[in-house]
Amino acid sequence: MHKQTREPLVHIVKRDSLPWYRAWAIRAVAIVLALLLCAIVTTLCTGENPLQVYATILRGAVGTRRKVWILLQDLAILLCISLAVTPAFKMRFWNIGAEGQTLAGALASAACMLLLGDRLPNGVLLALICLAGIAAGAIWGVIPAVFKARWNTNETLFTLMMNYVAAQIVAYYVIVWESPKGSGNVGIINPTTEAGWFPQIGGNKYLLSVLVAAALTIFVYFYLNYSKHGYEIAVVGESERTARYVGIKVERVVIRTMLLSGALCGLAGVLLVAGTNHTINSTLAGGQGFTAVMVSWLAKFNPIAMIFTSLLLVFMSRGASEVSTVFGLNQSFSSILTGIIIFFIIGCEFFISYKLSFRKSGRKEGDAANA
Amino acid sequence: MKEQTAAVKMRNITKRFGSVLANDQCWLDIYHGEILALLGENGSGKTTLMNMLSGIYYPDEGHIFMNDEEVIIKSPKDAFDHGVGMIHQHFKLVDVLTAAENITLGLDEKLDLKAVSARVREICERYGFEVDPEQKIYDMSVSQKQTVEIVKVLYRGADILILDEPTAVLTPQETDKLFAVLRNMRDDGKAVVIITHKMHEVEALSDRVAILRHGQFVGDMLTRETNAQEMTNMMVGRPVTLNIERPDPVDPRPRIEVKGLTVRSMDGILKLDDVSFTANSGEILGVAGISGSGQKELLESIAGLQPTEGGSICYVKDDGTREELLGKDPLSIAELGVSLSFVPEDRLGMGLVGNMDLSDNMMLRSFRRGRSLFTDRKAPRKLAETVVAELEVNTPGVTTPVRRLSGGNVQKVLVGREIASAPTVLLTAYAVRGLDINSSYTIYDLINRQKRQGVAVIYVGEDLDVLLELSDRILVLCGGKVSGIVPGRGATKRDVGMMMTRLGGNKADA
Repeated sequence: MHKQTREPLVHIVKRDSLPWYRAWAIRAVAIVLALLLCAIVTTLCTGENPLQVYATILRGAVGTRRKVWILLQDLAILLCISLAVTPAFKMRFWNIGAEGQTLAGALASAACMLLLGDRLPNGVLLALICLAGIAAGAIWGVIPAVFKARWNTNETLFTLMMNYVAAQIVAYYVIVWESPKGSGNVGIINPTTEAGWFPQIGGNKYLLSVLVAAALTIFVYFYLNYSKHGYEIAVVGESERTARYVGIKVERVVIRTMLLSGALCGLAGVLLVAGTNHTINSTLAGGQGFTAVMVSWLAKFNPIAMIFTSLLLVFMSRGASEVSTVFGLNQSFSSILTGIIIFFIIGCEFFISYKLSFRKSGRKEGDAANA
Repeated sequence: MKEQTAAVKMRNITKRFGSVLANDQCWLDIYHGEILALLGENGSGKTTLMNMLSGIYYPDEGHIFMNDEEVIIKSPKDAFDHGVGMIHQHFKLVDVLTAAENITLGLDEKLDLKAVSARVREICERYGFEVDPEQKIYDMSVSQKQTVEIVKVLYRGADILILDEPTAVLTPQETDKLFAVLRNMRDDGKAVVIITHKMHEVEALSDRVAILRHGQFVGDMLTRETNAQEMTNMMVGRPVTLNIERPDPVDPRPRIEVKGLTVRSMDGILKLDDVSFTANSGEILGVAGISGSGQKELLESIAGLQPTEGGSICYVKDDGTREELLGKDPLSIAELGVSLSFVPEDRLGMGLVGNMDLSDNMMLRSFRRGRSLFTDRKAPRKLAETVVAELEVNTPGVTTPVRRLSGGNVQKVLVGREIASAPTVLLTAYAVRGLDINSSYTIYDLINRQKRQGVAVIYVGEDLDVLLELSDRILVLCGGKVSGIVPGRGATKRDVGMMMTRLGGNKADA
């Protein structure tokens, strides 16, 4: 009576929301698959044993006590900056100027250390360093926000350009403050008096950053999810017209949120200068302002998930340097591996929202045709 | 009819979206040379079923037969190959291209715009369309854009046309024109399926109606053998009454006094010109007018969302004190102690946040309450549960994002929140647009309840029949000016219609 036609081999079906453990199982499978593909790529491209390469990455990242602490320090700073950009992102304000805001904070704290060191009691100086750094970051962040609120300028370009301005200002002051003269860098600030250096907690110079990052994670989590400000940010991000309709002053929320975003970046700058590096140069932020964008997005703006996404990126980049020295491979090789892993992590989200429905084999022919 | 072979037979079609069952073993027959009205409540799966016929979705289960041969439609292209064309509620046109360019977009044939234009003109002539193939889309009115969409599917050789709520955006005159065209197509042997909520359109246009309920096919019948009451009962699954109450206003007192309100749009076009009227407590003031006559600007001015050029909007409190609302934003209006609720036209773009769940949307109005830095989530959650229970909102739960709900349920959530704050003024814009008949009557009922509680209701509507039945007084706008204010009792559709198109209506002739 009718010609037999064939169903398509696969079609896409939307899933119900999965229980968390199944969602995480899918993510785990994705990472395993990613590691398998990485192994194949490693063998094909370099001829090295992939297991050895993995072992080297692991050693490079967490091989010794010292390496673990450096990993944690890097993690803390990256997490700080990622947490800083997240409120802005949730508001759909694309702040890619974290680099510049961090540098502004770093510059302000370095200035305090250099100019006021030894003139003030250390406690007062430390407080001043924090305030100055946070304020500088906030100012650097709020300038694009004011322009956005007043004249609806494009915040993406504006914040991006502010990065270059900040880097150039830092480069200028590096020459002003260079020591010894002609060296082209600032050198360690107050090396003998240690004025303006954050005290070491338990004799560990990295622990402070880790504690600050942990506190910030909790703060940003509650701020975004449970505070009135956080709710306003979410509404403005979803729909400005709805925000106006319920009487939220959109301009005020934009400015307030960017003050916070910039301030947190500034704090990261303070931690870098007064906490660990005790010096400043224009590459101090090291591109982390941009990596933070990825950390925040990968975690879907969830501060708790950002601990894991930033850990993944820091882990891979720490492992990368080890691989490049041990095997004589280019640093880029590790970036390729990181890229593969991130591709799988993002890609697996599709399988969490949808499932593929395959043609049922042995389907009864024309079971409904004669209805 | 029975001896004729069905153009399309859909059998046992099932489609799930996650846990939501949109279509459940659904049937449908479509015949050539017939206009079929597909009826059903909001969320009964009409659009989903048609989307499967036009290749947007692929059914989880079931079969589609055309002329008794099973067909597999897994993309819109497959649908076109089988002669199925769908005109969606939201047009899918490229604004900067001309009509002809849009029509040929995506086709594999050699691009010869002159030939395309010629064929478009031929199609237009055949069915009585009016469209200029060389006109850019951005220069077109909504009805012209719709015409382009229809011509587009005809150009691709469709002989089964599906129109999803085509009249929602049209004026009565444009609707008549569209219906004439559809009848021409039917007489030409094409199969036409129209999804609509407006009963008088079903009765005026269709040959047969098919009714869906909860994703299932519940029956079909010839239009001339049925009536609105029977169709509604079948849609809802139980007898419903189709009467709009109009209780007499109790102790009406001036509540909102608008004087000389003038509004200019961003482009400098005069949207409201010297508008004056009074809205009383315990009364429904209907606002009639051709769409775009300044209704939106009027409501948004009162709500504090529209920059104005001049005039005054006075709120009169119970004790007779007056507050000027003009130039104040929604927050300062609320701080004056004026409890003003506003159900805007654009529900998901303005009244609600689509990606947030029901209880977070309830919080939009109340989140500022209290001194705590943190939001109180319990009260909104309770309110959401109350609204769901009292207004019979069909939702998996209060943690479901609002955008997943169907149009009628979205509107219930919005209206439920707005009246929960015990307003003294209720502004509604097209409160029942896109809603099925049962949901519409629920909304009328809610509005009437507010009126009985002494709320001053300003109801902007597009359905004149409803405006005449519901309103105590009707303010007619024409091109941004007040064409007249008439009492709702005793006004005729003809008079109000005249006033909508000409200032003062008949009196202008005299």
